Amino acid sequence: MTGYHANSNRECNRDMTNKSKAVVWENVPSPFCGIGTDDLSIEVDGTALKVLQNGCSVNSAGFEEPVTDTDPRVGGETVTLEEAVAKAADILRETNLPLVGGLATDVNGMRAALALADRIGAVVDNMNSTAAMRNLLALQSGGWVNTTLAEVKNRADLLLMVGGDVESLFPRFFERCVWNQDAMFVDDTTKRDVVFLGRAPAGDAATAPDGRAAEVLACSNADLPEVVAVLRALIHKKVIRANEVGGVPLASLQILAKKLKHARYGVVSWVAGSLDFAHAELMVQTLCEMIKDLNETTRCSGLPLGGREGDQTANSVCGWITGYPVRTSYASGHPEYDPHVNAAERLLTNGEADALLWVSAFNVERTPPATDVPTIVLGRSGMVFEKEPDVFVPVGTPGIDHSGHAYRMDNVVALRLHKLRDSGLPSSAEVLSAIEHAVM
Amino acid sequence: MLIKLTGGTVYDPARGVDGEVRDLYVRDGRIVDSPNDTAIDKEYNLYGKVVMAGAIDMHTHIGGGKVTIARTLLPEDHRRDPFQRTDLLRSGCGHAAPSTLTTGYRYAEMGYTAGFEPAMLPTNARQAHMEMGDVPMIDKGGYVMLGSDDFLLRMMAQRKDQQAINDYVAWTIKSAQAIGVKVVNPGGISAFKFNQRSLDLDEKHPHYGTSPRAILKCLATAVKALGVPHPLHVHGCNLGVPGNMETTLKTIEAMEGLSVHLTHIQFHSYGTEGDHKFSSGAAQIAEAVNANKNITVDVGQILFGQTVTASGDNMRQHANHNHAHPNKWVCMDIECDAGCGVVPFRYRDRNFVNALQWAIGLETFLLIDDPWRVFLTTDHPNGAPFTTYPHLIRLLMDKTFRNDQLTRINPEAAAMSSLGSIEREYSLYEIATMTRAAAAKLIGLTDSGHLGASARADITVYTEQEDKEAMFAKPDYVFKDGDLVVRNGEVVKVVWGTTHVVRPEHDDGIEKSLRDYFDRYLTMKLENFTMSDGEITEDGRGSLSVHPCSTGGEA
Ligand SMILES: [Zn+2]
Repeated sequence: MTGYHANSNRECNRDMTNKSKAVVWENVPSPFCGIGTDDLSIEVDGTALKVLQNGCSVNSAGFEEPVTDTDPRVGGETVTLEEAVAKAADILRETNLPLVGGLATDVNGMRAALALADRIGAVVDNMNSTAAMRNLLALQSGGWVNTTLAEVKNRADLLLMVGGDVESLFPRFFERCVWNQDAMFVDDTTKRDVVFLGRAPAGDAATAPDGRAAEVLACSNADLPEVVAVLRALIHKKVIRANEVGGVPLASLQILAKKLKHARYGVVSWVAGSLDFAHAELMVQTLCEMIKDLNETTRCSGLPLGGREGDQTANSVCGWITGYPVRTSYASGHPEYDPHVNAAERLLTNGEADALLWVSAFNVERTPPATDVPTIVLGRSGMVFEKEPDVFVPVGTPGIDHSGHAYRMDNVVALRLHKLRDSGLPSSAEVLSAIEHAVM
Repeated sequence: MLIKLTGGTVYDPARGVDGEVRDLYVRDGRIVDSPNDTAIDKEYNLYGKVVMAGAIDMHTHIGGGKVTIARTLLPEDHRRDPFQRTDLLRSGCGHAAPSTLTTGYRYAEMGYTAGFEPAMLPTNARQAHMEMGDVPMIDKGGYVMLGSDDFLLRMMAQRKDQQAINDYVAWTIKSAQAIGVKVVNPGGISAFKFNQRSLDLDEKHPHYGTSPRAILKCLATAVKALGVPHPLHVHGCNLGVPGNMETTLKTIEAMEGLSVHLTHIQFHSYGTEGDHKFSSGAAQIAEAVNANKNITVDVGQILFGQTVTASGDNMRQHANHNHAHPNKWVCMDIECDAGCGVVPFRYRDRNFVNALQWAIGLETFLLIDDPWRVFLTTDHPNGAPFTTYPHLIRLLMDKTFRNDQLTRINPEAAAMSSLGSIEREYSLYEIATMTRAAAAKLIGLTDSGHLGASARADITVYTEQEDKEAMFAKPDYVFKDGDLVVRNGEVVKVVWGTTHVVRPEHDDGIEKSLRDYFDRYLTMKLENFTMSDGEITEDGRGSLSVHPCSTGGEA
């Protein structure tokens, strides 16, 4: 049996509850990979999932994670969902500054988390904020000129990857968006120019189908700010008195500057999560300003890769409901954004937050940070804790256990996620709303 | 539950009622005829009050990616206008690009009961609807953007017949859950991706060879053929460019009688006279609008102060980025579908150009004779936030106030404007026309914008005051679908409006070529692209209201 019927205005018939025999679902969208892969073929047998086609290290692992625990626990003892919710509400009611963290969930989960946070005066932060803020701070300081995946696929003649290990984090990016066979405005996609600045690619995904390896201008991540600043200066024809910068020969950077200026549609991509050095947002801003400069004469666009584990979803929903990204506090009765003060890690290590509600519906590895404050976890089934939280509610994963919406890295496309199996696990939205009602 | 609204002075232009004392009856969310035999459950004494249908904003950017980019870009603007949580209302923020919840509350507090997002990208329709789903109090809907999407431009370049284009337009309307179609800088957003920096009405697209004129005619013809009530919503070429009134006049001519709505016409009414080579073209534009009954316009009035401009027109937004205030801006190319540009802006009354823009908008309002064909907008937030509407209404209704404001703007601009010599003051009936009756008619909402039997009981009650700004800022009562939701300008009940859509019929054959195109060139599968009804209704708050198309459309 094949599980989809295209239909523009009726819900596709994908709510699968037949447990008796294996069913195969086609064109399943993934909330795991950030680039919105939606061509997966997945077999469902009971609660076991198997990616049959188009899997990758990220998506196959994400979908195939087995369901283990389905019962909520309080203090390590199995309880009913109602009891777990009541205990969570008891904890939150007693707090002065609760922290709603993790926030790896879907749009409805995020909506419910914000409704709860608004009610209890909590701070909201996402588990990937340290990375996401490198982009958001650059955006809020200067803005940017960005593009989306289909434009890259059809238009890019030059791709500059800055500092990131794209391949292991986004395994199918090159296959889907760079080495695609058909492109509307690129005669021969195999001739696309791919240049890595900083870290060399981990594998050969960036190697062209004709065997041409990507060009690598290698330097350490710590040297990237300087290298990127020099690249921007070269684009402005500034004279640089050096033969190399961060180990990159100046002549190579001069050639790269020329390529960027002559590309019809250059794309500059980076993975904020890989830029693990202090004030990486300043380098991102330099990149964004460089891209703006290039657009005075040609076209060039940024492509920040990210969006895994719901970080793009969290910031988008928080953006429209509060006006701000995450790291927003409801403590004074209205949203107040502070990307430094409201960082989850800081609030916990400084002893400012006095309870933690952690939502992590995608990845069992993403457990809450170590803390002594009372902790409530709404987590994917199968999580193993170093320290048992005060309350644990196993929740369903969006796009597997319930329908929902998740954002892709380019912040434009929201994927409609489908329920693939009947595990009985509640959605994070359901549990968060129940806690909100219990806390009143 | 039967509610009686007794003795109000009713302005209901859809039925020709101009300030007559009438009783209204409301049952189950609808207006009903006088039910002689039934007991009244609740009565409101409205003697001496002004009663109108709930107001409809037919062009306001309240949902979709570029609005949230604008929100995210400007934390400093939000910080000046926090919205505090109450027992009833969620917290949020206001000013230029308010949070969704605050947007809904503030519209309702001004007596608005519907707002339409005019720039819904097909690829971003989900987000637009999800954001509008978080806007309480008002009904909503979206116009889906076409005209720079590669699928249409390919069809035109391949000279596909109009019928196939109609099918594609209908399919897009349905898949995006839209109530109308908008075109923004026809072909220009695509041309910008090819590094073209301007595209005039008869200029050829660098890749496809199509002209904006051809795109406009093609889409306006499709919208008409499909029987979609709202005519093609047009954001024309050359937005903001001095001398663009010539383009606008040519655009009106080019339509050869086909119905189109020209949006934020103020930004398209500029001449090149005077020392600054910038002058008002409002008189010529108004004359053309008066003469061509197939044309409707909304103004896109600018008002002074900080705001943020958010548009699909990234070609023109990029050209204006040097004016960004504060100095930060975003442009995006989007999915072979469209684009967007977000540029914060501060309109200054002492600046010649801004002051003249202000005057041009007001001249436009006052020189177009027919309030059924000119609509009250600031193109929120592009000209000013929607919360300035009461002020704008006062400028239209109160000549003394208007002339007083005119003395405060850049004197050169004031001298170049005919505004001071215009005597006209809008009447309450005319305000009710442009903000209610005509807006509903233009969009194709048969049961909104009026107070006749079977209409939605969306009703706003004001106390008539000399100061029209004060009057329109704070209604005594607002009813939404029969519920009292605002009392004395404050929300007393939170409701969730419906989403208005149309569903024109089309030949399913179009899906075959679309499927092939999606598989080859896009990054989504066709069936993952189309929006289902459940996505709007499944949370139990949202609902869909399907409006009929005039020919063949599914009711
Ligand atoms: Zn607009």
